[in-house]
Amino acid sequence: MSNQAVAMPRKTRGPWAVAFAKLATDRAAMASLAVFLLIVLACLSAPLYAKWAGTDPFASTLDAVIQIDGADVPVMEQSTEGLGLGYTPIGPTWRLGNYFLGADSQGRDVMARMLYGGLSSLLISGAATIFTLIIGTLAGLIAGYFGGITDTVLSRFLDVLWAFPIYLLAISLSIVTITQGISIGPIEIESGSLWLPVIIIGIVYIPYVARPIRGQVLSLRSSEFVFAAINLGVPGWRILWRDILPNITTTLIVFVPLMMALNMLTESALSFLSIGVQPPAASWGTIIQDGQALLYTRPLVALVPGLAIAVCVMTLNVFGDGLRDALDPRSKVRLGRD
Amino acid sequence: MIYAILRRFGQMLFVMFGISVIVFLIFFATPGADPAARIAGRNASPEVLEAVRHSFGFDQPLYVQYVKMMEKIFVTGDLTSFVNRGWKVVPAVMDSIPVTLSLVFGAAILWVVVSIVIGVVAAATRDSWLDKLLMALGLLGISMPVYWLGEVMNLITQSRYHDSWAFSWVPPLGYKNFSDDPKGWFLTLVIPWITLAILYIGIYGRVLRAAIIESMQEDYIRTARAKGLSETRILLRHALRTSLIAFVTLFGLDFGALVGGSALLTEVVFGLHGIGKLTYDALQNLDLPMIMATVMYASMFVVIANAVVDFIYILLDPRLRTS
Repeated sequence: MSNQAVAMPRKTRGPWAVAFAKLATDRAAMASLAVFLLIVLACLSAPLYAKWAGTDPFASTLDAVIQIDGADVPVMEQSTEGLGLGYTPIGPTWRLGNYFLGADSQGRDVMARMLYGGLSSLLISGAATIFTLIIGTLAGLIAGYFGGITDTVLSRFLDVLWAFPIYLLAISLSIVTITQGISIGPIEIESGSLWLPVIIIGIVYIPYVARPIRGQVLSLRSSEFVFAAINLGVPGWRILWRDILPNITTTLIVFVPLMMALNMLTESALSFLSIGVQPPAASWGTIIQDGQALLYTRPLVALVPGLAIAVCVMTLNVFGDGLRDALDPRSKVRLGRD
Repeated sequence: MIYAILRRFGQMLFVMFGISVIVFLIFFATPGADPAARIAGRNASPEVLEAVRHSFGFDQPLYVQYVKMMEKIFVTGDLTSFVNRGWKVVPAVMDSIPVTLSLVFGAAILWVVVSIVIGVVAAATRDSWLDKLLMALGLLGISMPVYWLGEVMNLITQSRYHDSWAFSWVPPLGYKNFSDDPKGWFLTLVIPWITLAILYIGIYGRVLRAAIIESMQEDYIRTARAKGLSETRILLRHALRTSLIAFVTLFGLDFGALVGGSALLTEVVFGLHGIGKLTYDALQNLDLPMIMATVMYASMFVVIANAVVDFIYILLDPRLRTS
């Protein structure tokens, strides 16, 4: 009986199935993914929430009056401190759909703004990740595969970009495009567009992707199967597409959550410096900036978005670590801050 | 060794040149709008625009403009702000440098000391609850936006718990010169130092723990055990010492990034008028000459700091001298 069992063909699973089975047993990574997806879902429901709550998160409503337990309460309360001048926005009511987290300095519902802000934060960091991965991979592939003068020029350029402190580069790019936008030939981006932060964040992290990819391509290029393909007369672009790209896919996948976490922090920092998402649009960074003036009276306005960023970044990092361990355990991809 | 140092020096000069060209192109050649209008700021009069065009040489070829800009920033230092009429930009940057350096060096000392302690403790108590707790806290540290953490610190130490015994010593936000008031200088910087260090303690504690655990597998550790050395001595004198190599490399990279990034945000939150606050104010006013100067000086500093770390490295590690 036992001999027969040995002789039977064993069912084997592909490398992807093995990796995902391994990932599925990583409880911390799966829990993180679940939390992150919940936040994404909540943010996607932002328009529904605003409609249900009957609030416009982008228009200032300083004279609005809401009902709490049958009593009329103005959204902006007359200040009781100091000279009694000025107004303090209403604090959290803890009633969903009715200024759950209170109002900001414009009398807008912070909860609704949180959801919309999260939506732009997630969209920007996601789109910037895709942008960086595409351009960075292209640059890495071209530099690593074609070598010679192309490689020298590209690599030196990437070295300079790498040495340029991320925030300083992003600040320079933002400040010149922030008032009038940018137009390159037929492409024209308005100054308030969410594409501006996407492109700026996308650009500054290109060397973080391109340099490791170039290194991998360089070593793949001297491997036997690529050598064989070259000698068979396969054109260069086809080798890149069919032989090289599949071998760097795992690295690229591992980059996604880690890049996204980094982009999220960068986006929020730029928005906090008022050179990211422009009003009236919101992102978690701009809400923190709005809340800065209310920090001592209505701290939740600034605290909640920061907490949301921290949770997203942390879950993305834990999930990213799990993904790396499952897909590419030998790699030493480290995406530091800045 | 001389060759290695010269090579690194040449590399540094190349990167500095490259960065200056990128900054120039961003500010003067980004398509979409007239650079003179950007530099002059909002609602500039035609006379001011004309003055900007003339002083930056916009009617001349790009390389002349580049030389003019570099001259204004680094040689004559007469770059002036058009938003704050006639304000000399370069002296303002120079005045703010000590503030930024005070913040950064203090934070760096704190982060190195604490992360070594955390890394060693976590590695020594590997897989215990303490290790897991420290690593989770470290992860939390790197996941928080630094300016937000600063605001939380302000909320606690300046407002909510300011009157309690724990934080009554915290002075109001702002910076005091070391030469005028050393005690005030120290006290105002304690909270910003802690805020900035928390970020990096997370990363460094994790990296050091991993490096120590890796080096505990090495043969020389087995030899040390066979000699009958105590576990503490093995950990501190043998495992930690080799693990610090990875630590120092990272430190060189991140110290520069700190100056050009997180420190900037921390200064804004704590009202320390260093280069970061200067940049922030200029961003609010769209004061481009000021941003040009702060970006240029800060990135040059970062490049030089990274090169200096590498020089020290070449001096310390014989293997790097030949490669």
